[in-house]
Amino acid sequence: MTSDAALLDYLLRLADNGLVLAQRLGEWVGKGPVIEEDIASTNVGLDLLGQARLWYAYAGEVEARIKGTGRDEDVFAFRRDAHEFRNLLLVEQPNGHYGDTIARGFLFDQWHVLLLRALAGSTDDRVAAIAAKAAKEATYHAERSADWVVRLGDGTGLSHERMQQAIDGLWMYTGEMFAVDAGEEALAAAGIAADARALKDPWDAAVGAVLAEATLERPADGWMQSGGRTGRHSEHLGHLLATMQFLPRAYPDAKW
Amino acid sequence: MYAQMVDTGLRKLRDAAELSPEERAFQARIDADVKVEPKDWMPEAYRRTLVRQIQQHAHSEIVGMLPEGNWVTRAPSLKRKAILMAKIQDEGGHGLYLYSAAETLGVSRDDLIADLHAGKVKYSSIFNYPTLNWADIGAIGWLVDGAAIMNQIPLCRCSYGPYARAMVRICKEESFHQRQGFDIMIAMAQGTAEQKAMAQDALDRWWWPSLMMFGPPDADSVHSAQSMQWKVKLLSNDELRQRFVDQTVPQAEYLGLAVPDADLKWNAERGHYDFGAIDWSEFHAVLKGNGPCNRDRLRTRVKAWEDGEWVREAAVAHADKRAARAARAA
Repeated sequence: MTSDAALLDYLLRLADNGLVLAQRLGEWVGKGPVIEEDIASTNVGLDLLGQARLWYAYAGEVEARIKGTGRDEDVFAFRRDAHEFRNLLLVEQPNGHYGDTIARGFLFDQWHVLLLRALAGSTDDRVAAIAAKAAKEATYHAERSADWVVRLGDGTGLSHERMQQAIDGLWMYTGEMFAVDAGEEALAAAGIAADARALKDPWDAAVGAVLAEATLERPADGWMQSGGRTGRHSEHLGHLLATMQFLPRAYPDAKW
Repeated sequence: MYAQMVDTGLRKLRDAAELSPEERAFQARIDADVKVEPKDWMPEAYRRTLVRQIQQHAHSEIVGMLPEGNWVTRAPSLKRKAILMAKIQDEGGHGLYLYSAAETLGVSRDDLIADLHAGKVKYSSIFNYPTLNWADIGAIGWLVDGAAIMNQIPLCRCSYGPYARAMVRICKEESFHQRQGFDIMIAMAQGTAEQKAMAQDALDRWWWPSLMMFGPPDADSVHSAQSMQWKVKLLSNDELRQRFVDQTVPQAEYLGLAVPDADLKWNAERGHYDFGAIDWSEFHAVLKGNGPCNRDRLRTRVKAWEDGEWVREAAVAHADKRAARAARAA
């Protein structure tokens, strides 16, 4: 794989994480537990969507370097099938109850902020610039989701039980965040990508500290699901895309 | 305008001789355009009217998130999705300012929400109509937000300070909402034949309910005179409706869409458009709960509130624990 081909794949991983999680958060609009949370979670979704658009724009340019033409953000978002999506399995998991949504966001945000901070030092200026902007937003996302893990973990008996189940249920999707394939390894060696393996210890420390404050048990690292970043997804992604892509698929000639 | 048929509790206007000295002084300040502030003395009927009006407006913002939220996951481009999410987020913010404005009158947000869920208070009739195709998102911005602005700009000058100030901020955001709606309509009307058909279908369905948003004709509007004397309503229902028609018809023409009213025509003598009779039986049916979406909208809100109860309880329990720990440490 040429380095541009690896970079394209890497950018799509970053972009697809943002888009898919934003799409999930969009499902909450108007249905949050309290108006302030409705606004805050839509805000997080908007940030992630904005980041995805920046990553797609750069992915299109990198693709143009390879093929002469590159796809735009809407072609990436609306005209690829599930097996072409490169997001983590974690972010496509259904919303569940509010604690499930918070747990999913928390496990992702703690990783995302570490990743973006590392990428802010990328040797690729575009990657560094987008990551630096996104890292500021992700810092707030990570604070907010951690606060909610603590509130719900150390809230009532019921909320504690639900939060523990939520963390336990999603834990098997966290291993994928720290796996590195050959393309990513080469990009990391060139200083373009972050070495995700190096994020594991700081992530463990940060997640462990929040879970302890929340009086929650850190689950054991058992079997970890993977495949999202090579296009092998859970059944959930196809439904998410069917909804999201309906209009551009049904009316392929339309401009919106 | 998100408040319709607000009950003042009074059947007729009283003249100065019938007012108490306090009421006369209150009315004199309003007549002199002095804002009423939360700690000022005010007639109980004025306070109750404002609570009803502001809470209807607040509930409308919150319930109004649902018909638009219906298309967030299906917005046809990432740019449109981002704009729609930002718009709905603004509406949540408007709800918050308005609940806060209502709270200055001695009520609590939770009680107001409980009244909504119990069906004791209304939200705007317009949100009981469904969003069936993507052009509906354009039509809501163009027509519904357009109608709302028409009413809300005068309310920036209303007599109650906190409401007037909330309205200033809300109006700025609403005018952006209207522009984004019209922008969707332009793209649809200038798009493929299928898109144009969606745009026309949206206008066909939203036109008359938008005219109904202004409330019943002045002759049937029993509480309007009192509200206008108190300056919590600045222009009459019919006056606002006429302004809306006059503003909107040329926009529909620009879009190349047909307004679904065979009697619509320019009246050069009046300098206004004449328009056909509104089916007020539909308006009253929707207010009574018989609109296409009344049941779904309320169920969705009640379910969101009930599903969120454990979350709110946990947040309170956690705050109490923190406070107790801080007290022990002190």
